[in-house]
Amino acid sequence: MSAPDYILEASALKRQFEVAKPLFGKAKVVRAVDGVDLKIARGETFAIVGESGCGKSTLARLLVRLMTPTDGAVIYEGRNIASIPEQEMRDLRRELQFIFQDPFSSLNPRMTVGALIEEPMRVHRIGTVAQRREKVAALLSRVGLSPQIADRYPHEFSGGQRQRVGIARALASGPKVLIGDEPVSALDVSIQAQVVNILEDLKQEFGLTLVVIAHDLAVVRHMADRVAVMYLGEIVELAPVDALFDAPRHPYTAALIAAIPVPQVGARKATAKLEGDPPNPIDLPTGCRFHPRCPHATDLCRTSKPTLRARDAGGQVACHYADELTLDGLSAGSDTRSDAANARFEIYRAARARSEGANAPATTTT
Amino acid sequence: MSAVTDTPAETVAVLPPKQSRVWAKLRRNRSAMFGAGLVSVFVIVALLAPVLPIPGPAETDWGAVRKAPSAAHWLGTDEIGRDILSRMIWGAQASLLAGVVSVAIALAIGIPLGVLAGYCRGWTDAVISRLTEALLAAPFLILAIALAAFLGPSLTNAMIAIGLSAVPIFIRLARAQTMLVVTEDYVEGAHAVGLTHPAIIWRYVLPNIVPPLLVQATLTIATAIIAEASLSFLGLGQQPPAPSWGSMLNTAKAFLEQAPWMAMWPGIAIFLVVLGFNLFGDGLRDALDPRDH
Repeated sequence: MSAPDYILEASALKRQFEVAKPLFGKAKVVRAVDGVDLKIARGETFAIVGESGCGKSTLARLLVRLMTPTDGAVIYEGRNIASIPEQEMRDLRRELQFIFQDPFSSLNPRMTVGALIEEPMRVHRIGTVAQRREKVAALLSRVGLSPQIADRYPHEFSGGQRQRVGIARALASGPKVLIGDEPVSALDVSIQAQVVNILEDLKQEFGLTLVVIAHDLAVVRHMADRVAVMYLGEIVELAPVDALFDAPRHPYTAALIAAIPVPQVGARKATAKLEGDPPNPIDLPTGCRFHPRCPHATDLCRTSKPTLRARDAGGQVACHYADELTLDGLSAGSDTRSDAANARFEIYRAARARSEGANAPATTTT
Repeated sequence: MSAVTDTPAETVAVLPPKQSRVWAKLRRNRSAMFGAGLVSVFVIVALLAPVLPIPGPAETDWGAVRKAPSAAHWLGTDEIGRDILSRMIWGAQASLLAGVVSVAIALAIGIPLGVLAGYCRGWTDAVISRLTEALLAAPFLILAIALAAFLGPSLTNAMIAIGLSAVPIFIRLARAQTMLVVTEDYVEGAHAVGLTHPAIIWRYVLPNIVPPLLVQATLTIATAIIAEASLSFLGLGQQPPAPSWGSMLNTAKAFLEQAPWMAMWPGIAIFLVVLGFNLFGDGLRDALDPRDH
């Protein structure tokens, strides 16, 4: 990315939720997203990872204005979509589409698959009825479903099939950016591989920019170009995928990587890097938000909050000791490399190899 | 077939269009068809009243007062010698109208208000909900009586009064169901696609809240028929001598021991109509649900 062309940016993005408002005094708020700065380049796959409750889903919704930010801006193609009028935003949605986590609740049970996929085109007045029907059939076969199922209802399909319907629907209006909120985490591992590969192929084919929210590092490693790691509403590290996995600079990133399971006795030495739960997001810790769980924390971390600064490989990190710590990455020694992660990558590769040779009659089923 | 997947394209028989599928499913449902049959028998008989060879509903036969069913009067006669069969047939018009029209009024007012309250929340919800609660504080029948007395005695006004009294039930139900549906991912998905609020309400909220409303509506038809009876009894519904099942039932109350048939026939008729509407409503709900086979 020598001349970065950013399609979607977030600047100082904040979203708070009021949890309890006493009759007198200040309301308690959760800072789900607390000052996030992001720049997503055109055509890249950008992943946002973090634990449950770190604010990644909120961030995804803010990026397409399914929620309005408390503060800050979301810039899409030079326009601040956090503050444009409702009608203008609706027109823009043609270019910004969203894929949901749960394929079982994200499709209207009263609409046929065909109607669901056609809807975005109808809303944005794309094509004639006949053209739209043709497009529905084309999209269905593009995501690996038979065009004949257009008359059936979502409940008649498996999770993986529904998620493909969801993807076809998201593609129908010809978007430029596709944002997936954990698009595969509700699916079986073998189905995940198919759906991930579909997303990657479609990205190439339609020149999409993908933003993927995930907590599964195997998926991220496989798909993403750049990764942002979130902790308690903030980005703690952002780097190209290889740099992040091979040489993490933030202790939290290292802990996430180390947490990829190893199904082998003694494969990992006493490396319990992360203990306890994230702190209560209503009463955030002082200083670095990660310090109560960080094995490297010092007094400096307890009092002073590190800001996001440049790290190597064109990334950013928010840790006082980013330059001093030596943290293990994925390939920092064969004994720390996760066999499970390897097995997962292997499944993905196999699924791809199969599908590429699938011009011959396929025999496997979902 | 594309190269992105290892799933073979499903071979699926092309299914008939949606409309005929709902109808086919409804037709296969025996109890729904039985219910529809019951209701249509009553509707047809009520409509044919003017051409059927029966005495007028107000014609009295002083030679046959409170007579049990016989060849001359198939269902017997009432306390002033009127033919009960004739009064049943003519009364079916008033009773069916009272049931259907008042529920239609209640649905027409209750669903929009309930959906609005559940969808918009905030002060819209607060205003609508407080008004609903105020209405609910008064018992259904008392409210209907007060409204009918205020509007003046006639069958039309009785229907309006019963309809208005039933509105709060539908507001509450529609509001609760809407609030449930609105939290579903697919509604958020509709926003993400760029649908307007009216489109979301029309295509996403309404179809998903219909089933419980349908069941409530069929049950309320029964309540409305009986409410009309009470209003008639008080002189606020169907005006005598024109008959309705409810007014017949109320008159018969005084003669339960001497002439039980006077109460029996309207009672059976109300029971059958209500049963018919309930069975049909149940079947319609199932037929409209694509998840159900």
